[in-house]
Amino acid sequence: MNSTHIGWAGLAGSFTLIVIAIALTIWQKLRLSRSIAWAATRAAVQLLAVGWALRLVLDPDASVIWAWAWVVVMVVFAGATLRQRAPEVPGIWWLGTLSMATVILVSLSVIFGFGVFPVEGRTIVPLAGMMIGNSMTSCVLVGRRIVAEFSEKRDEIEARLALGQPWPEAARPYTRAALRTALVPQIETTKAVGLVVLPGAMTGLVLAGVDAFDAVTIQLAIMYLVLGSVATSVTVIGLGLTRQLFTPDHRLRRLDRPTMTGR
Amino acid sequence: MSNAAAPPLLRFEAVSVVSASGTSLLTNIDGDVAAGAITVVAGPSGAGKSTLLRLGDRLDVPTSGRVLFEGTDIALLDPRKLRRAVGMVFQRPVLFAGSVDDNLRVADPTAPHERLCAVLDLVGLDRLLLDRTGDDLSGGEAQRVCIARTLLTEPKVLLMDEPTSSLDPANRRAIEALARQFADRGLGVMWVSHDHEQVARLADHLIVLREGRRVSAIDADAYLSDEGEPESGS
Repeated sequence: MNSTHIGWAGLAGSFTLIVIAIALTIWQKLRLSRSIAWAATRAAVQLLAVGWALRLVLDPDASVIWAWAWVVVMVVFAGATLRQRAPEVPGIWWLGTLSMATVILVSLSVIFGFGVFPVEGRTIVPLAGMMIGNSMTSCVLVGRRIVAEFSEKRDEIEARLALGQPWPEAARPYTRAALRTALVPQIETTKAVGLVVLPGAMTGLVLAGVDAFDAVTIQLAIMYLVLGSVATSVTVIGLGLTRQLFTPDHRLRRLDRPTMTGR
Repeated sequence: MSNAAAPPLLRFEAVSVVSASGTSLLTNIDGDVAAGAITVVAGPSGAGKSTLLRLGDRLDVPTSGRVLFEGTDIALLDPRKLRRAVGMVFQRPVLFAGSVDDNLRVADPTAPHERLCAVLDLVGLDRLLLDRTGDDLSGGEAQRVCIARTLLTEPKVLLMDEPTSSLDPANRRAIEALARQFADRGLGVMWVSHDHEQVARLADHLIVLREGRRVSAIDADAYLSDEGEPESGS
């Protein structure tokens, strides 16, 4: 398994690509060299810290409870990160935390229930991380889309309420549109796998010397897991947020206009 | 002569509305909407006319005071039932995606075809419009479809929030005639307007607002006779 060990020298060698990236931005006067250097350094520090902690958690002799504790921390951090990324979405912190917890519960129950992977620290933590990581972007997207949709279509929603529709019915077409918007990119990504891109897990496994067919089956299981996770998290956030935008007496709450800034 | 003890269809009792930012939008407003008459809420832009109208449909709620429908505080009623009894027509025609038929069925999904035709007849629209989409309609037609859609809930009160502000004079008059026709059939119509001439044409009863307060009766008369802006009343 020497091929999986790149060592400090290998890491330093790969850093050459960062130097190339910085050189290109200086050449083109993009004023991004400091950002790139900062991003690369930050990623290194974060990942090395995580790697050190993971070593302890994933130690075969360590109790699996540590892995679950790690997952809890990830879920809470995911909620906080979502709030940072989409502050204009009301209640995104608790909705995000709830949706991530739901995703973990549902997906890991299926994966471990069917025995796809064994219940071990080395499977729990990476799988949970992958599900949360992939769900985050879709959660931000659906949250922003719902706030935007409900602001832009306020007239229509209130016209429906004024006709006596209960809030779930009045909101349905607009929530559906937002859910579709958030899910379509993940579906497209799933469709393109193998043709356009070789996904990360499979690439990593192949690099680590695993047989290509084994790598493919693991990757497929992960893709299904990710798609299911994204669908679950988007639905939880979408429905939870929609509920939150209405009062118990079927009135649409006032919404701040969403900003169109990036993350 | 009608029963003097019968409560008005809609009654506003000392209603005030303060926005989330602390701005006073309405202060201590009283007013009635009677059956068989048009009550016009007049006043300049920003006077709180639409806010008052929205209270009647419980799309907004007062900070203090209460709104009664047939003598019952609307806070005690199921908002969905209230909104079917108190219909709302918005300033700009709001049509949903799909055909006119689809739009009408939002109000009554099980309505037979004949009933949809009847309600189109009532607002003076051709039945052939049922298959057309909202994009194919003129502003006047779209607003009539909205009125027809509201009528499908068989309301006792019609709240009309400047429903002719985006229409040409001919359509404006036609919609006004419809409002009169509905009042003659016994509905209570509450119509918001800032157009003096329209107020004079329509008002059986008048509520004049200025900066969120109702002006006195004398000032309302002054408003109608177009003697300038009314002063704030107590």
